[in-house]
Amino acid sequence: MTDRPSRAWAFGDNIDTDVLAPGRLMKLSPEELARHCLEAVNPEFAQSVRPGDIVVAGRNFGLGSSREQAAVSLRILGVKAVLAKSFARIFFRNAINLGLPAIVFDETDAVSDGDEVELDRRRQRLLNRSRNASFELPPQAPAIAQILDAGGLVPLLERRLKREA
Amino acid sequence: MPKPRMIDPAPVSLAEKIIARAAGAARVSPGDIVTVKVDLAMAHDSSGPRRWRPKLEALGVGLWDPSRVVIVSDHYVPAVDEASAAILKDVRAFVRDYGVGHFFDMRGISHIVMPEHGLLRPGMLVAGGDSHSPNGGAFGCFIAGFGATDMAAIAATGETWLSVPATRRIEWSGMFAQGVSAKDIMLFLAREIGTENHNLVLEYAGPTVKAMSMDERMTLCNMAAELGADTAIIEPDATTLDHITAHGGTADASMLSHWRSDPGTDYEAVFKYDASALEPQVAAPHYPGNAAPASEYSATPIDQAYIGACVGAKHEDLEMAAAVLKGRKVRDGVRLLISPATTRTTERATTSGLLATLTAAGAILLPSGCGACAGMGHGLLADGETCISTTNRNFKGRMGHKGASVYLASPYTVAASAVAGEIVDPREYL
Repeated sequence: MTDRPSRAWAFGDNIDTDVLAPGRLMKLSPEELARHCLEAVNPEFAQSVRPGDIVVAGRNFGLGSSREQAAVSLRILGVKAVLAKSFARIFFRNAINLGLPAIVFDETDAVSDGDEVELDRRRQRLLNRSRNASFELPPQAPAIAQILDAGGLVPLLERRLKREA
Repeated sequence: MPKPRMIDPAPVSLAEKIIARAAGAARVSPGDIVTVKVDLAMAHDSSGPRRWRPKLEALGVGLWDPSRVVIVSDHYVPAVDEASAAILKDVRAFVRDYGVGHFFDMRGISHIVMPEHGLLRPGMLVAGGDSHSPNGGAFGCFIAGFGATDMAAIAATGETWLSVPATRRIEWSGMFAQGVSAKDIMLFLAREIGTENHNLVLEYAGPTVKAMSMDERMTLCNMAAELGADTAIIEPDATTLDHITAHGGTADASMLSHWRSDPGTDYEAVFKYDASALEPQVAAPHYPGNAAPASEYSATPIDQAYIGACVGAKHEDLEMAAAVLKGRKVRDGVRLLISPATTRTTERATTSGLLATLTAAGAILLPSGCGACAGMGHGLLADGETCISTTNRNFKGRMGHKGASVYLASPYTVAASAVAGEIVDPREYL
């Protein structure tokens, strides 16, 4: 079974946490802040992105601040996964901790903005319907897959603490 | 039958030694995923209590060890509206409700406040709820930045997982020319080795680093964040221990023999540079890696000069600015804003007369805190404005409007540019 097709939103290298979640707006509620996600590089994104869409990007996605709102905003907008050639360490952990798959994928150039794609994280497959091309995604470390499968770090910890109690 | 021979253990880097100790393992290797016990956990008013409380409540637990938790209100300080006042009030309530061991309310920026109180020591493993946490690696500890959920989990359990980074050694020799400082090293490195030093610890070493004060060493470690490294570290020496004991911490000489990289450590790479050949650097918008010698951006007109942030407003940063500004005036039409890193920095600069030099030149003083560097507080930029800044990031929209331009530079270069009204090489002013 594959998921329903998603629209791909394509971005370049070095998408930083300030364009994902501007510091000057960090007092806003998470929902309001999310409406400004990536507006400095693509004003249309936060207005038009639909739940289930995916973000594809180049190198060093999420560089900058530790602010979790960078990943929270993508989650609130319903982004299903971020695929990038590489991720900044803290953003990567934040995304995984929130249950947002951050997937290292070398061939993001094979996905253009607006392409229709299907992602199957567990089977590590990406299908680009617009180009009729299919890709195998790299496996995720068991420690990371475990957090994603639990829906994030807090639910995982909740279970662990219950078990220990 | 021959007796089994003792085999010398393979040499390990300082960072690996600390992680192994915290993981309760004999040794760790780059790429291992290990669970570590954290010696100290720090969070601030933006990423800390307001994000932690709901998670701790959901888990039904308190802090794993309140005496090992540091909370610093440095982002929304002082309150400028009802929302920031409420955030700061909630922090105080959290500190009270959870019995937090170390609380610094509006005393300055966390990364500088912690060593000011002797809280960082060689060999510690520290989790910081802020990306500039590598700053503390100057004290020979392994300290990395984490987001709010990671930090809440650490606050609850005292543990986290790490993917062990490889260690890259960066050696500097030679003395700086006048007007060149640690900040120029970091802007140079952002261009030279880029901003994707992923899964690496940068270990700074060499005679130039040995000769540096702790303020300058912190500058080197701080911007490991911009270089994309997990963190940075400097092997402790007498300078480190003196600073710790002078600030109320405990340290002794036995730390020096143990908390260092073993001779023969197999580094991921060793890079060597000559500090005497380094020119003042400026990074152009909107990316710290856009660095070049200051002369390449000369004559760029500026509206604002900003001396602030963890990386750029410590006591010695203010001394560098004063060396330029003494007897000079900030150019008409340019505003020079100075936000000392901590209230102790302000106190010391008042006693020494440094502040009088800065304000006589026309500098405007702002409260201590993350301020404009984090897009908060005072000194934000309008559309189309240009600022030269001692801060560490110049991402689009970080210091105000997304149409503003921020150039990064050292305190020397920022102060000289404030006088000139445009970006200049500060060596003409010293």
